[in-house]
Amino acid sequence: MKNYKADFPIFADHPDLVYLDSAATAQKPQVVIDAVNRLYTHANANIHRGMYDLSQDATDQFEAVRGKVAKFIGAASPDEIVFTSGTTESINMIAYGWARQNLKRGDIIVLTDMEHHANIVPWQILRSEIGVELYFIPLGDDYRLDYRQAAGLDMSRVKLITLTHASNVLGTVNPIAEIAEYFKSNGADFKLAVDIAQSVPHLPVNVQDWDADFVSFSSHKMCGPSGVGVLQSKRDLLEKMTPLLSGGHMIDRVTRDSFTLAGAPDRLEPGTRNIEGTIGLGAAIDYLQGVGMEALEKYERSLTSYALKKFQGNKNVRLFGPATSHDRLAVFSFEIPGVHSHDAADILNRSHVAVRAGHHCAQPLMQCMGVAGTTRASLYLYNTKADIDALFDSISGVQQIMRAAK
Amino acid sequence: MTEDPLYREIILDHWQDPQNYGVLEDSDFDEGDSNPACGDHIRMTGKVDGSVLSDIAFTAEGCAICVASASLLTERVKGMPLADIKILSKDWILSELGASLSPSRIKCALLAYYVLKRL
Repeated sequence: MKNYKADFPIFADHPDLVYLDSAATAQKPQVVIDAVNRLYTHANANIHRGMYDLSQDATDQFEAVRGKVAKFIGAASPDEIVFTSGTTESINMIAYGWARQNLKRGDIIVLTDMEHHANIVPWQILRSEIGVELYFIPLGDDYRLDYRQAAGLDMSRVKLITLTHASNVLGTVNPIAEIAEYFKSNGADFKLAVDIAQSVPHLPVNVQDWDADFVSFSSHKMCGPSGVGVLQSKRDLLEKMTPLLSGGHMIDRVTRDSFTLAGAPDRLEPGTRNIEGTIGLGAAIDYLQGVGMEALEKYERSLTSYALKKFQGNKNVRLFGPATSHDRLAVFSFEIPGVHSHDAADILNRSHVAVRAGHHCAQPLMQCMGVAGTTRASLYLYNTKADIDALFDSISGVQQIMRAAK
Repeated sequence: MTEDPLYREIILDHWQDPQNYGVLEDSDFDEGDSNPACGDHIRMTGKVDGSVLSDIAFTAEGCAICVASASLLTERVKGMPLADIKILSKDWILSELGASLSPSRIKCALLAYYVLKRL
């Protein structure tokens, strides 16, 4: 197996770093850093505006990424790709730009108990504004969604299913097509929105497999720069969406009295986009494709199996997440009984083990599990079994310092 | 074994056996606050007798720093004149903990203090 760590300069700068927080943000390979640098050094100009060569070059580079993204996730065409600031903005665009116009009082939006706040709060706001109802698919066995619990729902009122492909807390990968098919076969007629922020960095994703209406993700979790995300949707939906923000670039014509909107995707990309970040995302996609998403998934699954064995062999640590490596990401939320997650993370940091502690922007899930928070280790292609060993070595130090029962 | 620089004996003692833990009935003061960064939550209930805080209790979902500081603080202010509580400095609790805290942990240490300041 190639040593991917060598592609990421942060590890040369911090040789002791055991970075286990990739579900929060991924480290950046040199090729992404170079791409951003190259744009600023050789091709910086505003896009879609200038009549000069430099601007045309920047525009061409920017638009080429739209094509790369479309191919990477299996979208029908580059025009289906809208660049946003991240998954949060993408989901807010669905809520503000589509749902507000197309849903009405009494309609049901189906979510799940493992959503990130980004896929909960916009819908709660919509509920308070227009009176839609929210239904949360509960967790069942082995931290997987028990979608058959929805059997009692009035399927004729289900108009939107919006769910995450993979949990940022549990690592669970959800069977999106199977869930959509279940609701369809029970008579529901709905739009399907999938949050792939956690999955697309780690698995091959093809949105055609789900016939999804809206797909959202962020660049920074897949080795690209932060501040860039994607909303992918079908052309006919994008053409009718209300822009969340308005101003420059998104119009056809403006007079003192009125304006007309540009076509999609431009109508949903007001102002100047994050040009260098988007170029960086393009480089990140090239990098990931160079590794190969199948190879990456396979490597991470080997890490998952290794880590699961360690968790299962350690009676002093409680793992929250599926017990097997199939349909599961290398994300491990755990609790050391008698130790609060902050204290655990603080002590792990002393051994340069970087983990996240707390609710992970998924407080309803914490409430379901009956915990205030967890400590979370999340891995990526640059991690190794040695990193997992370092985590477990440090965990025993936590137990010692906090006088936790051994 | 030498004492841990952050998790000193005093912090671990109060974390594992917090003082004044619980909820007072018929309280004159019932306030709570959360740390949005981590979801930690503290609730304090107190009774006022004239110009004195006659009784105080707290419950918390929080880390060792948060719970220990609340425990120490309630011990300190129980029976204290309200006027003295008003001028109680946050440096008191920080020095009582006696540990060097990072900025994010200072928030844990002061959660109880800021709830009490609403008295």
